[in-house]
Amino acid sequence: MTARLAAALAGVALLAGCASGSPGPELVVFAAASLNQAFTQLGAQFEAAHPGARVRFSFEGSTTLVDQLSAGAAADVLATADESSMDRASSAGLVSGTARAFASNTLTLIVPAGNPAHVTGLDSSLDDALLVVCAESVPCGAATKRLAATLGVTLRPASEESKVTDVRTKVESGQADAGIVYVTDARAAQGVDAIAIAGAERVRNVYLIGVPATAGQPALGAEFIELVGSSSGRAVLDAAGFGSG
Amino acid sequence: MIRPPLPRWLAVPAVMAAVFLAVPLLAMLVRVPWDRLPALLAAPASMDALWLSLRTCTLSALLALALGLPLALLLSRARGRWATVVRTLATMPMVLPPVVAGLALLVALGRRSPLGAWLEASGIGLAFTTAAVVVAQTFVAMPYLVVSVEGALRSARDDFEVAAATLGAGPTTILRRVSLPLVAPAIASGTALAFARALGEFGATLTFAGSLQGTTRTLPLEIYLQRELDTDTAIALSVVLMALAALLVAATARWGRGAQAWA
Repeated sequence: MTARLAAALAGVALLAGCASGSPGPELVVFAAASLNQAFTQLGAQFEAAHPGARVRFSFEGSTTLVDQLSAGAAADVLATADESSMDRASSAGLVSGTARAFASNTLTLIVPAGNPAHVTGLDSSLDDALLVVCAESVPCGAATKRLAATLGVTLRPASEESKVTDVRTKVESGQADAGIVYVTDARAAQGVDAIAIAGAERVRNVYLIGVPATAGQPALGAEFIELVGSSSGRAVLDAAGFGSG
Repeated sequence: MIRPPLPRWLAVPAVMAAVFLAVPLLAMLVRVPWDRLPALLAAPASMDALWLSLRTCTLSALLALALGLPLALLLSRARGRWATVVRTLATMPMVLPPVVAGLALLVALGRRSPLGAWLEASGIGLAFTTAAVVVAQTFVAMPYLVVSVEGALRSARDDFEVAAATLGAGPTTILRRVSLPLVAPAIASGTALAFARALGEFGATLTFAGSLQGTTRTLPLEIYLQRELDTDTAIALSVVLMALAALLVAATARWGRGAQAWA
């Protein structure tokens, strides 16, 4: 009994040690969900250039990230998928200095491979198709609404998802006949074909990056932002489908 | 004889447990914008979500009752390996993470599955319909009814049933006049639990049914969406959900006590 208790306590001590005992500085990056693949690659580059340093990511919707910061979460870098989230963070004093634009994203249609519902674009081909989009209250949905208004089309979606990845997975699984996502999501999706929307470039989401006021490692955070803006950072973002900032 | 008292020190961890569970719920009540509550709840999106939840949960609870009660009856008499297999399968949705339940439904009933394709060809495709919400809710809610009713049936006395049979009553008469009345409180509380579970259903609905105002966006999905935009509305809706859930849980506890008095 005592031996078992001691073993359990030792286990707890070991776990606690793992959580706190990392050798070098730790950089915490809060980034919009669409940056997942690009930033994970840049994180590996950053760790290679800073021996001992470790980069930890939290990929969430931009609004969720700003909510978490305002609730007291500590991060060294904040990268949002739209200007309004960063504006909200800046005006609440959550970001030190000015955030800078580093990438942009546009919308595209995706359909399951082979295009079973014969969708041709944002036109009458969507009338009999199950279309899934983002809800208006999240950035990708706001962009979708702006684009539809700009192009003068009325969308009749079968579902309005809270996350762009939920739109993607519904097309990937064949539940939906078409979805409107960012170009970068289309690039990362499996088993889907992208159908470019004529005039999509008229609605651009600008990605902004800055150092939160609560940063424990502000200098390291600034260095990560340098990397994102460098030519190698640009190359990774280009490969993921992002436009210039 | 008076029961001997519990040791006094138990009060310390017990109070800690009660505080731990109560504080987040009470904190929510403090944050409610009471003066704007009626306006927030009267918004079309809120009303649609509330109404949709009430309709789908009622249907799901009734489906759980209609199909789950016979299953509970058979399981309560079944023995052997197959009974164990069926009982395990029937309780699995209780312990599955909701997203897994949604994925399972998608694989089984999605448009790419043989069954889903057949349904769609027959003109009753489930994709993004209110029916899909009911399917998702029933899938996660029915096990609660099965488990609570089967438990009550197993612990119920069988001498009344034996007496009724001796007096010449047939199986259906015994079921209707003796067996079911004996476990009526458990049936009522099991149905209420199933309703409560359906009300809180989120992950399976989101994964399987989608999210569209008035069609598939139930109360929890609306709360999830509003949280991005307007925390006050999200909290107002959460309070409605909590009040409904509290009513159901209280009713369950009451009927549960009724069950004890019966046995």
